[in-house]
Parts: sequence; C-alpha cells; structure tokens
Amino acid sequence: MPKVSEIMESMEYGPAPEDASAVRDWLRERGSFGHFIAGRFTRPGVTFASRDPSTGDELAQVTQGTARDVMKAVRAARRAQRGWGAMPGHDRARFLYAIARTIQKRERFLSVLESLDNGKPIRESRDIDVPLVVRHFYHHAGWAELAETEFPGHRPLGVCGQVIPWNFPLLMLAWKVAPALAAGNTVVLKPAEYTPLTALAFAEICAHVGLPAGVVNIVTGDGETGAALVRAPVDKIAFTGSTEVGRGIARAVAGSGKRLTLELGGKSPFVVLEDADLDAAVEGVVDSIWFNQGEVCCAGSRILVAESVAARFEALLRARMQKLRLGAPLDKSTDIGAIVDPVQKDRILRLIDRATAAGAELVGGAAAPGCFIAPGYLKNISPANPGMVEEIFGPIATLSTFRTPDEAVDLANNTRYGLAASVWSESATVATDLAARIKAGVVWVNCANLFDAAAPFGGMRDSGYGREGGREGMLDYLAAPVAPQRDPAPSEIVPAEAPEESAGIDRTVKLYIGGAQKRPDGGASYAAQDELIPLGNRKDIRNAVEAAQGGLAKWQGLGGHGRAQVLYFLAENLAQRRAEFAGFASPAEVDAAIRRCFFYAGFADKYDGATVSAKPGHLCHVQPEPHGVMGLIAPVAAPLAGFMALVLPAIAMGNAVVAIPSQDRPMAALTLAQVLACSDVPGGVVNIVTGPRDDLVRALAGHDGVSAIWHAGLGEGLAEVQRVAAETLIPVWTPQPRDWSGPQAQGREFLRAASRTKTIWLPYGALPAGTGSSAY
Amino acid sequence: MERKNPGTDFRLDWFENIQVNTPAAERRATSLAARRSLKKEWQAAWLLNAVRCIDLTTLSGDDTPDRVARLCAKARQPVDAGQLAALGVEHLTTGAVCVYPTMVAAAKRALRGTAIPVASVATGFPAGLMPLDLRLAEIRYALDQGADEIDIVISRALVLRGEWAALYDEICEMREACGSARMKAILATGELKTLTNVARASHVAMQAGADFIKTSTGKEPVNATLPVSLVMLRAIRDYRDQTGFAVGFKPAGGLRTAKDALNWQVLMAEELGRDWLRPDLFRIGASSLLADIERQISHHVTGRYAGAHRLAAG
Repeated sequence: MPKVSEIMESMEYGPAPEDASAVRDWLRERGSFGHFIAGRFTRPGVTFASRDPSTGDELAQVTQGTARDVMKAVRAARRAQRGWGAMPGHDRARFLYAIARTIQKRERFLSVLESLDNGKPIRESRDIDVPLVVRHFYHHAGWAELAETEFPGHRPLGVCGQVIPWNFPLLMLAWKVAPALAAGNTVVLKPAEYTPLTALAFAEICAHVGLPAGVVNIVTGDGETGAALVRAPVDKIAFTGSTEVGRGIARAVAGSGKRLTLELGGKSPFVVLEDADLDAAVEGVVDSIWFNQGEVCCAGSRILVAESVAARFEALLRARMQKLRLGAPLDKSTDIGAIVDPVQKDRILRLIDRATAAGAELVGGAAAPGCFIAPGYLKNISPANPGMVEEIFGPIATLSTFRTPDEAVDLANNTRYGLAASVWSESATVATDLAARIKAGVVWVNCANLFDAAAPFGGMRDSGYGREGGREGMLDYLAAPVAPQRDPAPSEIVPAEAPEESAGIDRTVKLYIGGAQKRPDGGASYAAQDELIPLGNRKDIRNAVEAAQGGLAKWQGLGGHGRAQVLYFLAENLAQRRAEFAGFASPAEVDAAIRRCFFYAGFADKYDGATVSAKPGHLCHVQPEPHGVMGLIAPVAAPLAGFMALVLPAIAMGNAVVAIPSQDRPMAALTLAQVLACSDVPGGVVNIVTGPRDDLVRALAGHDGVSAIWHAGLGEGLAEVQRVAAETLIPVWTPQPRDWSGPQAQGREFLRAASRTKTIWLPYGALPAGTGSSAY
Repeated sequence: MERKNPGTDFRLDWFENIQVNTPAAERRATSLAARRSLKKEWQAAWLLNAVRCIDLTTLSGDDTPDRVARLCAKARQPVDAGQLAALGVEHLTTGAVCVYPTMVAAAKRALRGTAIPVASVATGFPAGLMPLDLRLAEIRYALDQGADEIDIVISRALVLRGEWAALYDEICEMREACGSARMKAILATGELKTLTNVARASHVAMQAGADFIKTSTGKEPVNATLPVSLVMLRAIRDYRDQTGFAVGFKPAGGLRTAKDALNWQVLMAEELGRDWLRPDLFRIGASSLLADIERQISHHVTGRYAGAHRLAAG
C-alpha cells in the first residue's frame, strides 16, 4: 500500500470496495436455489451456475426450470389469483407497501447482490436501480389502494407470465410485478439466466412479508424455460428483452387470446442542437450509452450533433470519456463495470468489428481482459453501417452530424426502432418541436435515461408495444368491462360472374381510397347484398395505406377542434342522408352512428395527456399520440354501427385508417363513403377496402406503414393476423364483439387503443438549488 | 509564485453565447460526489492535500492582530505534528492566510520565516461599492503592507446589467494595480444568481488577467456550491483551450466538512485534472473546514474521534 505522502504526490483515488460479506454469507447459507412456487422454495433440480462476470467466479447454482416447473407455478398462480384479485385494494396495497419497505431496509444487500450478479457498478445499483425499485412498489401500493375508484369496473387479467432481461434484473422485476399485483393479477416471473439472484432474494422478501402463497412465483432458467412460460395457460405475457426474442413470443402467443406487451430493443437518437449546453449534453451521453455498460435498451446510442458545434462537442466528449473509470463493479469509484457475460462481450466486439470493417472509425472502445470493454464511439459512420443500424448493447455510441433541425428529425427517425430519444437545446421552441416529431415512446429533453414509476415507459415500431409505469402501465394489466357477444364468421366469397338484371340504371360501388371512388386493382367483384362488391386485394391495401399516409399531415394539423367540426358535420350529413342506408343498416344503427359522431367530436379535443408527478423539478408530460395509419377490421354484424365504432375513435384521435367493412354486408360502409366525401373529411383519412377479409387483413398486418390494427372478429382469421403482425410487430387490438350500438362500444377504452402515449421529460429551473428557485 | 495568466484582449465572442442548463449542472454536481470514493490512506492523503490548499481565513469586524497571529500559527502547523509524523508527512502548511488589508502587517509578522503567502481582500470587500480610485488605492495599500496575493471583488452590477466591457476594463485596472502579486477575482456568485451569469463573469475575469477566479466573499446568502464551481471550472477549461493559460480556482464560504473537501477535490480532478489539485491552481477559502479535517485525520491515525478541545485552536 502506498504511503500517504506518496499518494499526496500521485493523487490517485485508490481502491474503495463495497463490503460484500453479507451477500456472500447469504449465498453460502442458501447453497443451490430451487424455484419459488406457491410461497416456498422448491428443491433444486438440474442446476446451472450464476456467475460474477467481473471475475468469472460462480456465485450460486440455480435451477433450470422445466415445462413441469412452469406448469406447477402457473397452477399455483391460478389458485392464488381468485383470492388475490378479490381482495380489497387496500389489503393488496398493504402487501405492496410491506414489500417496498422491506426492500428499502435491504437496499445495501440488494445493491451488492445485483452488482455481483450483473457486473454493473455499485454506484448505479445503489443510487439508481434499487431506489427505483422501491419507488415502483410505493407507487403501485398507491394504485392498489386506488384501483377500485380509479379504474371502475375493470378486472384483473388473471395470471401473468413475465419474462425479464439481465440488464436491470431487479428493476425490471419491479416494473413487471408491481403493476400486475396492484391490479389483482398473480404472476409467474422468469428472470434472465445470467442474473436470477435478486429475483430469488425478492422471493424471500415476498415470503417474509407474508404475501399469500402463489401470488408471486419465480421460475429460473434459460430461454427454454421462458418459452415454456409463453406457451403455458396464462392470461398475459409481458416481456422485456431483444426484438428477436420478442418477435418469437408474439408468434407463439398469436391466436392464443393472451394479452401481450413487449418492451424490446432500441437504437435511440441523441440529438444535440447548436444551441445546446454542450457540457450538459456530453454528460447526457455518459448517462445514456456509458451507463450500465451501454446495456440499456433505451440508451441514446445514436448521437446526432449539429455540424456547427460538432468539433467542439467531440473534443469535450472524448475528454470526458477518458475520465471514465473501468473496473471492479463493487468499487465505489467505478463508472463502467463488467459486461454481463462473455457471450455478450463477444457479441459487442463482433458488431464493432463489422462496423469498422464497413468503414466506421472506432474511438476508444477497447476490449480489456475479462468481461470488460472500455467506453467508445464510432465516427465517420454511414447510415447503413451495421453499427448504425443494429443495437450494440454495449458502451459504444455512434457519432454523426446533421445540418438543420428538420434533418435531425429525419435522421432520428431513420431507424426500425422507436423506444426513446434525447434532445438537447436551450430553446424551448426547438426542443419541444423535436420532441413531438421524433418517433419514440419516451423523449428526454436536456436529460437522458430518467425513469420514474409514474412515467409510462415503452416504445413503438420494432421497440414493441405496451407501457410500464403510471396509469397507462396499470391499464395494461386490467380488462375494461364489456359484455361480450358472438360475431359470426364471414361467409364464403362468391365471385360475381355477371351483373344481375336490374330495373333502373346500374349502381356501381367502388373502393374508397384517397377520397375518391376507385375500381379494385384486380378488376373483380364478389356478390353480397345483391350488389357487385369490389374484390379488393393486396395492391388495393397498399394503395389505401399510401393514401392514408398522405392524409395524415392535414388531418393531424387540424387539431382536435378542427377534427371535431368535421365529425359534427359528418353527423349532420348522416342525418340528412339517413334514407340512403335503408336496407343496409337499421335505423337504430344509423342513429347510433350519428350519436357516436357527436360523442367522438366531443372527445376529439378532450382525450388529453397528463403531467404526472414524477420527480420534483421535472415536467413529465404524458401525451396520447395517434398511431398514424391504422388498419380496422369491422365486425360482420352491425355493418354500420360496428364499422363506425372503430373508425370514429381512430380518426378523432388523428389517425388515418384503412377500414375493411363487414365482408357480408359492406354496403353500409360503401354508402358511408359518399357521406364522408361530402363532409369535409379530407381525402385519405378514411379508406375503405372491401373483399376477402382475411386476405386483406393479412396484407395490412404485413405492411410496415401500418402502425396499429384493430380486429373485431375472432377465430382463425384473428390468429393469422397476429401471426403476420408478429413479424411487423404491429400491435393488434381485439375489441371483443359486443353490442355495437350500445354504450360499451365507445369510450376511453377505444380512444386509448387509438393512441399510444409519449412521455416527455423536461427538467426546468433557471436558478441553482438553494437560491430560491421554485423547482427545488 | 509564478503567475500563469497574462490575460487577453476583451473577447465577447468567447462567452456571449454560453447558456448553462442549470438542472443538468446540478445533476452532474450531485452524481459526481457519488461517483468517486476515497478510503483509508487515500482519504487521509486527499484531506492533507486539501489542507495544503486552504487559504486560512479570518474576515471579521472583530479581527485583531493577536487573533490574526493565532490564525497564522495554525497555518504554520495546521495538523498535529505527531499525527503528521505518524502519516509520514512533513512540512505541511496551509496554502495561504487571508485577511483584511489592515491585518496584513500582523499576518506578515506572524508568518515571518515561512513561505506561506498572505492574501488580502481589497477593492471594497465584500460589496465592492466604492469609487474605483479608492478600490485601486486599497489594493496598493495592501501591497504596501506586504500582501503577496490580492482577492478583489467584482462589480456585480456590471454583470447583472450585462456591461461586460466595463467589467473587463475595471478588472484590468485592478490587475494592473496588483503588479506582480497574484490576483484572485471574487465573482460573488450568490449575487449573480444564474449559472450563465457565473460562466460569463468567469470569462471576463480571466480575460482581464485574473490568476484565480473565486466563488464568493463568504458574505453572500449562498456561497460556494458544487454546481457553481462546476460552471467556473468549465469556464477555466474553455479559457485554457482558447488561450493556453491556466487559471486557478478558489471556492470560498461553502466548505465546512472533510467530505466537502473531498467532493471539491474530486470535482477539480474530474473536470480539470490533477494539476488543479495543487495550491498554485487550487485554493479553498475556509475557516472552520480545517477543524473537521483535523478530526478526520486524528480518527485515521488513532481510530478515535477527537473532541474539539483536543485540537489546537486556530
């Protein structure tokens, strides 16, 4: 050990190890772990090692969960669910509160265990992960208490299967378990194979607080165990992890009736404008891609910087990077710890190699012995470079430039992902504009990687769907009240050979695309309702999606008030032309449609976002945004009311739709097309394609330009859509068949499904702390 | 000691576009203290280094020559000699002693035979609201009394009114009056309020030739804080990048505990580098801080916490 006088010359930091003895004692006492099922630990089965990635040392043996283990856990969860779901919210709140308190009391233990198992620096597990875990359980204790009043009539989904990743093991557990339990569900959770230990420690806490047996079940294992859980008879699957695995889960769940939320990968833009506080932005990079070894799904990994400040920014970035300390995760002075596993380290290094082979220049980013990779970034990198396109999931950013804010938006959105974004500008005008235009579920203005239990988190595009946190997150674990009915399957398509005899002039019905009547591409028709109905095909869908994309800007530009006026006018014209629907829809249906126009005109400027109580000094705004282009598949029954029940909330929120009317009774929708045309609904906002429902839906689900699909039918057609949408990762909502004229066929449930939330963080404060600023 | 900053012409374009994002500065300042930890020998060494950098200060209306002499004795021997010996450290003194102009002579007498410089506040400390000629005369008086370093205060009004050129001219005149003596420019950041003001004022002071920029007089409602210091250090870094000149930094009035001393040193090391952990580029304006460091050192050596009565008064 150097002498004090020597250190006074070198001014080195020296070692500052966190004490791990309590954790090591616990691991020694526990020996091998079984699963936690029905309130007890099972005897260990076939086990595998969980290791400390910084040393490679074995920490514990945990059990490889079999399909039988999973079934046992699901049965336990099922048995427990009735009682747990029926329990007064206050009683569930007490349990969640007890869990929060107990975690708080064991903060140090859990932080050390997390850092040992995952390799993340103790500073991060201690100051970020575990406090957020505590925050999550407190927040959701509140939702449990308030669920009955805040979500009247809603019911828990039942048993939730939850599969979580290794990058934030305990925090992802909290994000999954807390809302599920608060809503009255029971869970079977599978932690990642690299990092199961804090989940097992959490199981002990559940037992310690007396949580009823079976409410929380933990089954450890690898991807096979996860797959078994996905196949098991559960009511919902919630998954956080890679896009690749998420797709497989979506495929496996298709047609099962299970709810699904997916929080997948990302390649989030980090946009530095010319008027940004560059030092603040550089520190933002440290909090983004150089946080948690870059193993962060929402990391701002694509740095886009204004050309005019790019040179200075890079100089500051490089200098800051050189100050980061790579080292032992348990050392309190470590900034960047160990990559979770040698497999992951290899994956990162291979991707870096591919990026440099494709012409990018790597700055920093050297591999070190053991599971370590120094922070770095790729520069001179082209848009198609694999390092620019693929999620690296390591401490390596990309650095490229833009000229103007609109180019920044284009580059930011030039990705298959849509999880998060970070925008740096001292201009509120510019920053809020970019926040609105960047396609992401979370946007951090002048900050990065901020999380809170009240702030919904989740993505779009290949980053998945569903939200975790706040009211939105709760709704993903609840079912809205509905009295389901049956919807008949469509009849066989009968190709129409020749026009039937008719007394007067022929009536020609056409598709409605881009505000105009269009002949079907295939030039064919089918017979329904004594008419020749256009037999739409894949190309008609393509044309309709393009028309819808073209109609979006104008429609959204109208704003809620403008759209409301159009919907009122539509109601007026429907009332005028009531007679035209005779024979196609009952008068009651027409009345329902007219009323529903008023209903959604009323809501068009009232389905608002909220500013949620996240952190003091931070505006945290959650706003519903339209998906964009939606594909709507109307029920077979109720050809007008059912059709309008889907179209109206979708367009009220600012979406443009491609709607497929009742295959058997399309005339009401085709008649409606004429009313739309004379009601100031801009061309392209509603597009109507008739024809073989299941073929058309498959085409919709396979079109990347479609951002959401509603399918009001059931059966194999729905399953097929879900299978196709598993590839495009388009969320498919299935409003259960119901009385389409009744009050249960309208309301917030529909508006919520017609939108997705964007959470925008904006820290504020002109004055530093202690000088009287209201922010602090 | 050698002066390192000759100053530059007035360059408004070097700082007029600075916009400091306050929440981000605070986030950095908060996380910085949690990102580095110093234990055992390293902690002791860093604490003793802080002692080396202290401008041991008394700036009270009731100062007397004897009180100043007692302070100077403490500056000569800031930590118990036996404990220093136990740590193998020799010749430890504080960085300087800092007093009012009328106490400079007493301090010089008391420090005779040492290399410890005497710093004098001047220019109408603490408010600076005196005619410029009187403020300049005060600098000359303090130098005449034997001061080695001059801590001037800037005109806050010029900052708040955005009169940067006038501020530059005024500080240049003070710089000239200081001659070869080291000049520290006190920005009184607690009265400039915004971090953007702090950054801009830092640049003006450096362009006018300040050898150090210093946060506070110790008399403002808010004195040295980590976010304010962070912003000043980044200004020093930018100025170094612009000119190649190294300017020192002196936080004053907010550092009371050994933990503060460590936090500020970590800030210096992380933002500017280890060169800024030496007394030629880093000073801490403090009076009560030393006592807490002594207690920590005593604990390191003996394993016990010492009562205040066991430590030599300053």
